[in-house]
Amino acid sequence: MLEITNLHTSYGKTPILRDVDVRVDEGEIVGIMGKNGVGKTTLVKAVIGLLEADEGTIRFDGDEVTDDPADSRARRGIGYIPQGRDVFPELTVEENLRMGETINESNGDLQYEAVYDYFPVLEERREQDAGTMSGGQQQMLAIGRALIGNPDLLLLDEPSEGVQPSIVQDVTRDLERVNEELGTTILFVEQNLHVVQNLAERCYAIDKGTIVDELGSDRLESREAVTEYLAV
Amino acid sequence: MAGIELLNFGFEFVEVFAFIVLATVGLAVIFGMMGIINLAHGEFILVGAYATTFAFAAGLPLPLAMLTGVVITAVFGLVLERFIIRHLYGRLLDSMVVTWGISLVMIQLVRIAFGNSAPGVGIPFGQLPVVDGPVYYLVLATIAVGVLGGLYALFAWTDFGVRARATMQDEETARSMGVDTDRMYMATFGIGSGLAGFAGALYAPVMTITPEYGTGFLVEAFVAVVVGGSSVIVGTILASGFLGSVNAAFTNLAGTFMGQVAMLVAAIVAIRLMPDGITGLLADWRENRGESR
Ligand SMILES: Nc1ncnc2c1ncn2[C@@H]1O[C@H](COP(=O)(O)OP(=O)(O)OP(=O)(O)O)[C@@H](O)[C@H]1O
Ligand SMILES: [Mg+2]
Repeated sequence: MLEITNLHTSYGKTPILRDVDVRVDEGEIVGIMGKNGVGKTTLVKAVIGLLEADEGTIRFDGDEVTDDPADSRARRGIGYIPQGRDVFPELTVEENLRMGETINESNGDLQYEAVYDYFPVLEERREQDAGTMSGGQQQMLAIGRALIGNPDLLLLDEPSEGVQPSIVQDVTRDLERVNEELGTTILFVEQNLHVVQNLAERCYAIDKGTIVDELGSDRLESREAVTEYLAV
Repeated sequence: MAGIELLNFGFEFVEVFAFIVLATVGLAVIFGMMGIINLAHGEFILVGAYATTFAFAAGLPLPLAMLTGVVITAVFGLVLERFIIRHLYGRLLDSMVVTWGISLVMIQLVRIAFGNSAPGVGIPFGQLPVVDGPVYYLVLATIAVGVLGGLYALFAWTDFGVRARATMQDEETARSMGVDTDRMYMATFGIGSGLAGFAGALYAPVMTITPEYGTGFLVEAFVAVVVGGSSVIVGTILASGFLGSVNAAFTNLAGTFMGQVAMLVAAIVAIRLMPDGITGLLADWRENRGESR
């Protein structure tokens, strides 16, 4: 589904990612955990195409997309949820969802029914400006927006950030349902212990811009193994 | 007697309102949606007017000649966007300097190519009974309202409109949702240019066409954009309504010149009281109401 090989990226002349290899198979839920500032967002942006790769390749659904712009990768089927849930604040909830319709263009069916089923609050507040909703609701909207076009891969940048702990549990469960019911492959970056342990089937650890470990489901159950890579 | 005066004021208002709206919308779309202050706006209008008169002189019926004016100006805008404007997004001052330069060059080019005057176009539809003025002004007012309605529908309801507003709010996120934002900017600039060309085309029968033709629209257009604020349609409507009524009232009382002066004074007062324009003030109100709830 997604295959990142030997990826290097930089901001201007400052190198950030070095020699990153990540592989996600169809139907999997894969995490990438790491502390503040180790390059998680940089990696996610390189995958969606908001940052250029200096070296290495990114393959999606069998095709190389390394040089494709972000909009074309989205239309191919990547649903992206930015860090800090960048909803369009002055668009209504419904208009925000409508923006997700272009994702996975070739797949015609839109998922309004499923999205409203996972997040009923989005249907209740269809007409409301997105910027006036609470943090948790905006996160649901950002996820719902990415799901509307029925993406093959859902790409999340710290879905737990700035969201109340009780809502974090809900969101984790909702993402599991999405994976099970819609068959969406999920790749997320996180530094929240709860999300990493409860959502990931398999998890990479990233530090100082490179992948330093890969944990299977058995090691993910051990609190020590996971916290080693998180700022807890 | 009072009835006639009211009619005259009403007609004056309709005339000025239509002029401000049509002179402004192209500039307002480009400024409000893209943050570019197009100082060549007047010359876009000029292109529309010249294309219209020459198409008319070549034998096209007036409506088709006007359509030619709109299309040529839109294409002209697209070409300019592609090669020049595109590099200026997010650089307000640079964009002003460059578009000002474009404006100067174009005035000279038009003078060299076509001399100091162009063939005229007669005013269609004849005179109104009772009030002293051409029927054509009522047609212009109807078109102005139609343009505002059309723009509202375009930006509020269509996919294109939703994407354009999303791009304006957060380009990076819009792009990562599958929107080709370069194309959105190009299309928006093309629409703004086409609207400027439309103004030039519509007023070709009414105003003498010279290389300085565009400057006749500039005062109204820039004043209305500043007074209206960044909300394109609501801002244009409110500013045109406000400035139009001041202008019409004083024109009726003391002549065209005083009408213009009064309008400028009103604009200065309005900008002093509402630095972000009428729509900026409305946004503040809405926010305050939200907070107190
Ligand atoms: N636009 C930028 N220009 C230059 N350097 C940047 C830029 N954005 C991030 N960086 C640097 O790149 C490094 C990686 O940043 P990144 O945002 O990928 O980290 P992160 O793991 O997502 O952090 P967080 O947990 O805070 O979200 C950091 O050292 C950061 O200072
Ligand atoms: Mg980050």
